[in-house]
Amino acid sequence: MNIKKSLAISDTGFVFDPSTGDSYTLNPTALEIIQLLKQNHSPEQITQVITKKYDVDESTFERYFYDFTGMLKQMQLVAPDEK
Amino acid sequence: MKSKTLNIAISGLNNVDSPGPGIPVIRGLRESNKFHSRIIGLAYENLEPGPYMHEFVDKTYKVPYPSEGVESLMDRIKYIHSRERIHVLIPNFDSEIFVFIKLADRLREMGILTFLPTLHQFEERHKSNLPAFGKKHGIKVPDSYPVTSASEIFDLKKDQKVDYPLVIKGIFYDAFIAGNSEQAAIYFNKISAKWGLPVVVQEFVKGTEVNVVALGDGTGKTIGAVPMRKQYITDKGKAWGGITLDDPGMIDYTQKLISSTKWRGGMELELIRTTDNELYLIEINPRLPAWVYLAVAAGQNLPEAMIQLATGETVKPFNEFAIGKMFIRYSFDMICNLDEFQQLSTTGEL
Repeated sequence: MNIKKSLAISDTGFVFDPSTGDSYTLNPTALEIIQLLKQNHSPEQITQVITKKYDVDESTFERYFYDFTGMLKQMQLVAPDEK
Repeated sequence: MKSKTLNIAISGLNNVDSPGPGIPVIRGLRESNKFHSRIIGLAYENLEPGPYMHEFVDKTYKVPYPSEGVESLMDRIKYIHSRERIHVLIPNFDSEIFVFIKLADRLREMGILTFLPTLHQFEERHKSNLPAFGKKHGIKVPDSYPVTSASEIFDLKKDQKVDYPLVIKGIFYDAFIAGNSEQAAIYFNKISAKWGLPVVVQEFVKGTEVNVVALGDGTGKTIGAVPMRKQYITDKGKAWGGITLDDPGMIDYTQKLISSTKWRGGMELELIRTTDNELYLIEINPRLPAWVYLAVAAGQNLPEAMIQLATGETVKPFNEFAIGKMFIRYSFDMICNLDEFQQLSTTGEL
């Protein structure tokens, strides 16, 4: 999944989409995930990083991860060909 | 470098919940590094705040409403010109643009310059003429019908030309979304009582409202264009907060429209971006909007450029602006002295 290139993501978790003017606030975990997505990490790689770092099992994380990426798609924050 | 001082007459000095563009235009002119400006305010009411905002308006004259007759307005401008030697006049209300377009030649003979659309440009972009305008210039517009009675709306529905919800609009201002025939009749009566006839019935296009402020030089060239999305909208549909967008599609759209119409002067495009990413033109306002200062702050001083065009200078088109620049409007209780109110009320000057 490719995050829209034009998205501005600050270190504090503020996301600005310059094409629509919409802005969002991410919690620290979401920020970490979106940064990994921006660095072109695959879902498997992200699962590995997060389950290693936090006390969460793979299947629980995957559930939340796909819920989160579904939300990103719905909010049109992914590159068009990825919709 | 500022080499000259221009006397610029400006109307639209109301700055209430439906603000006029006068003060924002003046803010742009005050920030010009090309010329100094002496601002002559043209006020219609004693309680417009502009006349009391002395940091923006140097001198104010009351003027009669255009509806009171063109000649009385002209006589008043002649008087003001004899006192102030106006170089450029910028009308800022939709309802007075038509009159000033008609007066432009006479004003020029007196030495007063304007930079307004032609009568043809003004007429063809009317809300009631929008479908023909869209067809001519190859742009998507919602179906619109001018009506002079509520029963005509019901007939349009019966003939399956429109369906609810639809938008009921005044010829100059105001718009309401009607979900059924009762609401349509109520809004028709409300708008026709306030703004007269015809009332425009428009297809409701679902999507996000986006706007562009732009300036055309009259030859088809776009001098500047800044797209914005309203972030906070009042119950009158006015932007109380907005943000500039990185949307090359909207810029391209604006440039094509200006090139096709050879638009002369300032304009505000009201557009709807649908979920399929298509742009529908809802309205063209034939003047700079009240949020024009956002464009100035984003790097395009369109009021300054408009004055330069009016005075015959060549203006290099702007090709960039700051993305993500925001405005947040606020209201402010200005304290005024009774003697100033008294002076404007009795002498018509301040």
